Amino acid sequence: MVGLNRYKRELSASLAYAVLLVAVGIIAPSFFGATNLRDLALNNAPVLLVAVGMTLVILVAQIDISVGSQFAVATVAAGVLAQAGVPIPLLLPLLILIGAAMGAVNGLLIGTLRLPSIIVTLAMLVAWRDALRWTTGGEWVQNLPANFQWFGLGQSLGQWVIVLAALLVLAFFAWALRNLAAGRRVYAVGSDAEAARLAGVEPGQVTFFVFVLMGALVGLASLLNAVRFSTVPSNAGLGLELKAIAAVVVGGTAITGGRGTMLGTLIGVALLGTIGTALTFAGINPFWEKAIQGAIILTALASDFVWGRVERMRTAKQAV
Amino acid sequence: MANPTLLRASNIDKSYAGVHALKQASFELQAGEVHALIGENGAGKSTLIKIITGAVAPDAGELHLNGKLVTHNSPRVAKQLGIAAMYQQPALFPELSVAENIAIGLEESSLLSRVNWRNRKRKASELLARVGANIDPDAEAGELTLPQQQLVEIARALGAEAKVLILDEPTASLSVEDTQKLFTVIRQLRNEGAGIVYISHRLEELPAIADRVTVLRDGSTIDTRLMSEVNRQQLIQLMVGRELSAVFPKKAVQIGESVLELRQLGCAASGIHDVNLIVRAGEIVGLAGLVGCGRTQLAHTVFGLTPADHGDVLLRGKPVKLSSAAQAIESGIAYVPEDRRRHGVILDLAISANITLASLSRFSSYGAVDFGREKKVAADYARRLRIKTPAIFAPVGTLSGGNQQKVALSRWLVTNPSVLILDEPTQGIDVGAKSEVHALMTDLAAQGVAILMISSELPEVLGMSDRIAVMCRGTIAATLDRAEATQEKILALALGQ
Repeated sequence: MVGLNRYKRELSASLAYAVLLVAVGIIAPSFFGATNLRDLALNNAPVLLVAVGMTLVILVAQIDISVGSQFAVATVAAGVLAQAGVPIPLLLPLLILIGAAMGAVNGLLIGTLRLPSIIVTLAMLVAWRDALRWTTGGEWVQNLPANFQWFGLGQSLGQWVIVLAALLVLAFFAWALRNLAAGRRVYAVGSDAEAARLAGVEPGQVTFFVFVLMGALVGLASLLNAVRFSTVPSNAGLGLELKAIAAVVVGGTAITGGRGTMLGTLIGVALLGTIGTALTFAGINPFWEKAIQGAIILTALASDFVWGRVERMRTAKQAV
Repeated sequence: MANPTLLRASNIDKSYAGVHALKQASFELQAGEVHALIGENGAGKSTLIKIITGAVAPDAGELHLNGKLVTHNSPRVAKQLGIAAMYQQPALFPELSVAENIAIGLEESSLLSRVNWRNRKRKASELLARVGANIDPDAEAGELTLPQQQLVEIARALGAEAKVLILDEPTASLSVEDTQKLFTVIRQLRNEGAGIVYISHRLEELPAIADRVTVLRDGSTIDTRLMSEVNRQQLIQLMVGRELSAVFPKKAVQIGESVLELRQLGCAASGIHDVNLIVRAGEIVGLAGLVGCGRTQLAHTVFGLTPADHGDVLLRGKPVKLSSAAQAIESGIAYVPEDRRRHGVILDLAISANITLASLSRFSSYGAVDFGREKKVAADYARRLRIKTPAIFAPVGTLSGGNQQKVALSRWLVTNPSVLILDEPTQGIDVGAKSEVHALMTDLAAQGVAILMISSELPEVLGMSDRIAVMCRGTIAATLDRAEATQEKILALALGQ
């Protein structure tokens, strides 16, 4: 009973996803073609990685709207490094480091100096994006080495590597949140920072490391995204923060922190990522995509609100 | 006294979630009098005031104003009826000007009505002049000193033509001089026919200002007397006046060496200074004092949350530097905070996770939590402390208050502390859970833990402590032995005698 109740948001999101898949299956069975499914997974792998980081950020009751700009910076960095002849295998740790460094800036300002995350990351959203525009002049990075695309693994293998890597990272963080002492601290700080401090957990430190991880995941995501193409754009990641936050919230993570799972985030990314393609296959004007996504987010929030009230009434009764 | 009765509260009853805050309490205020309302912490003064000002609704009883029954009281209704209250911390809008603060709630306001700034300022100046305050109406309220802010609040009450003015501890943070000035204003209001309810812990100032005094104890009205007919001693007796009814399971145990010693400890940020205290192994030291005297602040300083900037903390004779909770835990200090629902436990986390939170590193290897051991230890404590729960993995938010407090206690027992600081350990929990907590404290003392217990409940302090340290205005006024301590002595010390 306790167990099921705990995962009710994951359950309801999966239910919604199942309904969507069945509906598409009836209207347009060709949706389930292997190529389409693979493209879908490939398109959403970078979003999934960013959403994993965003889950951590929201679990500690913070927000990061600078991830899209960080993503753009990291993408260009990947291109420039590859162009300059840095060995392709080295790109992976380098991009993770670059992302982590950008995350550390947020972490210092938010965790250590205790500035509000919405303002700090709003400033970084503008700053990184404009710094990039100023540096690149809007030019794309071209003439990349031949083994940049798909890490030189060839398209079909490269595609699977990317999707698998994203899923592995998700699985690792899902395990870590549950099983590591660090994961426990993330939940504690997000649930009640002052109570956590009184129990000897430093909320500032936990918040700092969460933002560093967020940045590292953005770095990784940007590389996995960039290698899909033969040139590197300087305006990548526009709107990525909204996609990630929406997926996390739809997946059942409480925007007030302290509650949520990686499994929910996976379902959230899948649900929101599928709608656009599903609409196209069902022959509906894809302009509806954003409207439907908005409706799903509102439904998720409304159900939280209703459940919250039901639960409060129940605990109030128990307390008396 | 031939003055008409302004306000009459009769047979007021009020319970909050199981705590009976007011039992058939009655109170009467005449026009043109200053009526003091006194009582210990938790006697029901605040609740009575909240009922008069409409902030909470009574469960039973009646409130009459000018002989008319007030049926649907609310802050808005109370204000319209001419009831104004001023609390220890003035409730002004710091970013607004003095004139604006006074105008809020006074001026006729539909949303689109235009502000007449000149009128507003003139009115403010008039009212400020009436309370004898020399304050610029254009000044920002947040820039004023505390006594000035109080005068602005009184001016606002005057502007609302308040008939009943409630002053809650108005002199708590005032100098002698400012207190005298405030008294002058109060007397003037009284002479103009207002009725003033005056709440204060400073019994010594009552003869100078109050005409009558009503004593509350345990939620009931004990007596109303003319101020000229009672002395301090009698008032203290009326405030305390109860027998030690509950039986406390205190056992004599072998008292060992000094475990925790505070030498001239001070922390400017939290207002404590020159604290000297020793707690020995096996000893329970009660820390008594009035709300706001710095007991919790002292605990926070010892626990490293607001590090000391003066003096020393010694553990087993060795000075230690405590600048974070993690360091304090490492050194063997445990602190169970007050206001359990807010800070003692984390409601979203499982019972087991709450119990191990302060000693997580001991329950994990290479960063991974050992669920088996965690479950075993948590289940063990749940059994020992009789935590009633369907499942050890259930969120703590699903438990009752007493059981939540036992989870909070378990968390700190797991750390195996040598010093245990308990802040209001039995506040707001039911009688059964309370005696279980007391029995547990006795057991721990027998095992050699040094316990420092903060409590506002004098019978608990007297019943459980080997020694009692009484705090007053940020420092320890005196330490009493169990044998010599009485409620009267503690209260007198806490009141600053």
